[in-house]
Amino acid sequence: MSASRRVSTAPSGGSRWLLDHTRAISATLDALKRRPFGTLLTALVIGITLALPAGLYAVLGGLDAASSGLKGSLRASLFLKDTLDEAAGRALQAKIAAKRGVAETKYISRDAALAEFKAHSGFGEALDILSDNPLPAVIVVTPDATLPKAQAQALLDELTRLPDIDSARLDREWLERLYAILAVIERLVLLIAGALALAVLVVVANTIRLDIAARREEILVLKLIGAPDAFIRRPFLYTGLWYGLSGALLACLMVIAAGWSLAGPAQTLSGLYGIGSNVAVLSVDTVFWVFGSGAALGWIAALWTVSRHLGAIEPD
Amino acid sequence: MSEALIRFSGVSHRYRDGGRDILREADFQLAHGEMAFLTGPSGAGKSTMLKLIALLERPSKGEIVVDGQTLSQVRTRDVPAYRRQFGMIFQNFNLLSDRTVFDNVAMPLVIRGHTGDDIGRRVRAALDAVGLRGREKDWPVTLSGGEQQRVGIARAVVAKPRLLIADEPTGNLDPAMALEVMQLFTRFNEVGVSVLVATHALGLINRLPHRILKLDDSLLSEVRAAEQAA
Repeated sequence: MSASRRVSTAPSGGSRWLLDHTRAISATLDALKRRPFGTLLTALVIGITLALPAGLYAVLGGLDAASSGLKGSLRASLFLKDTLDEAAGRALQAKIAAKRGVAETKYISRDAALAEFKAHSGFGEALDILSDNPLPAVIVVTPDATLPKAQAQALLDELTRLPDIDSARLDREWLERLYAILAVIERLVLLIAGALALAVLVVVANTIRLDIAARREEILVLKLIGAPDAFIRRPFLYTGLWYGLSGALLACLMVIAAGWSLAGPAQTLSGLYGIGSNVAVLSVDTVFWVFGSGAALGWIAALWTVSRHLGAIEPD
Repeated sequence: MSEALIRFSGVSHRYRDGGRDILREADFQLAHGEMAFLTGPSGAGKSTMLKLIALLERPSKGEIVVDGQTLSQVRTRDVPAYRRQFGMIFQNFNLLSDRTVFDNVAMPLVIRGHTGDDIGRRVRAALDAVGLRGREKDWPVTLSGGEQQRVGIARAVVAKPRLLIADEPTGNLDPAMALEVMQLFTRFNEVGVSVLVATHALGLINRLPHRILKLDDSLLSEVRAAEQAA
């Protein structure tokens, strides 16, 4: 009766492994198809849970991509002293333009600055009552885009220290603030994703726990007739995997749908800032991440639950 | 009679929740190809003996050897492989109601990793042997008690074990069905399968020629040796 003395026609090795897994895949998919409503509900809960971090990540990716177009726009506005006339100002512009690392300079005279301010500020007539033009002349300096950030910063620092410069304003500051905000949001997305990953684990684990309870009799019979733990465990692991993957699919569809509905307003907004409008577009990388996370979370949750509950079911 | 397939040497057992010894100093042998009945009143320890053989329990004392394997040396992780070496039949049939007759009988072969063609051939042969050929697609709930038990027997023999152990297999059956089931065991025994049946159906087993052991007050005794064929 011992195994070595019995002749078995069962396959072994790799083909046995493949057969066992093919059967588990087929059986679990059939079981899920037999109760479509319950499966859909579970997948939907997982999908919504995964969609939030995936959507935020897509928005973040879109903002990052859009703002990358601004990275070359490191500029400084150099406000000239009032004592400097236009000719001296233009001479200073030419001197700055000749410096190494300077890509572009633009001189804005006091009159031009006032005209521009009148046009855009809405205080046009109010400014007429002023006896004198209060605005300084400005030289807008754009460093070479290929210049490393540190060198560009050093160049601008050097220019702001020139004797004819009254004050300077680096246009990069708002961009750096934007990046800082994006970094905070990115960290926030990671924290939310972590918390929601835990939620997915709990949802799948609870579903598998109920599944184990519902199939208690089957598990007992299988153990009585000699099914190894791996055989009993396998369908539950695949069930967890399918829940995770179907949730990931729904999450991607939800994010794509949200992206479509946001496309119009996003385009309008990005047009105002002159940046790209790929906000909330799901990248291939993100899709892989969502599916990978869904699959891994489903599998891990199932493994955890099965390990906890299967041992407690023993025939007596 | 050839060498022992099952050997109990001074086996005692007490359940972990305490109480009395359910089995005391039991010595017993079942030879290869032998069929025996284990009888006695309810609670005498018949099922316990089968549980000890199936490694559902480990004895408090003594040694059990099944087909050369000392059961105290079988590690927990090897228990499923050990159980696959014999067929088990239960009083309550233990069929899965959400699976067809075919799928219930096929289960031991699926566990062993047999291919689909092989499973189909073996399941049909097993159902043929228990008189249920053509009922493959039926659901257990549509079968009578006797038919359900025959499905249970088909499941136990489908992997061609050399030992069948049955715990009160006729407990839920009427006398005619019970006799049918016992005759099935006899037929499997005639082709070399060793059979150990725990039953309290004394009237039934007295009509059969096989060895009878009795458990009473936790003690095992031989009531009747196997009758020689005429």
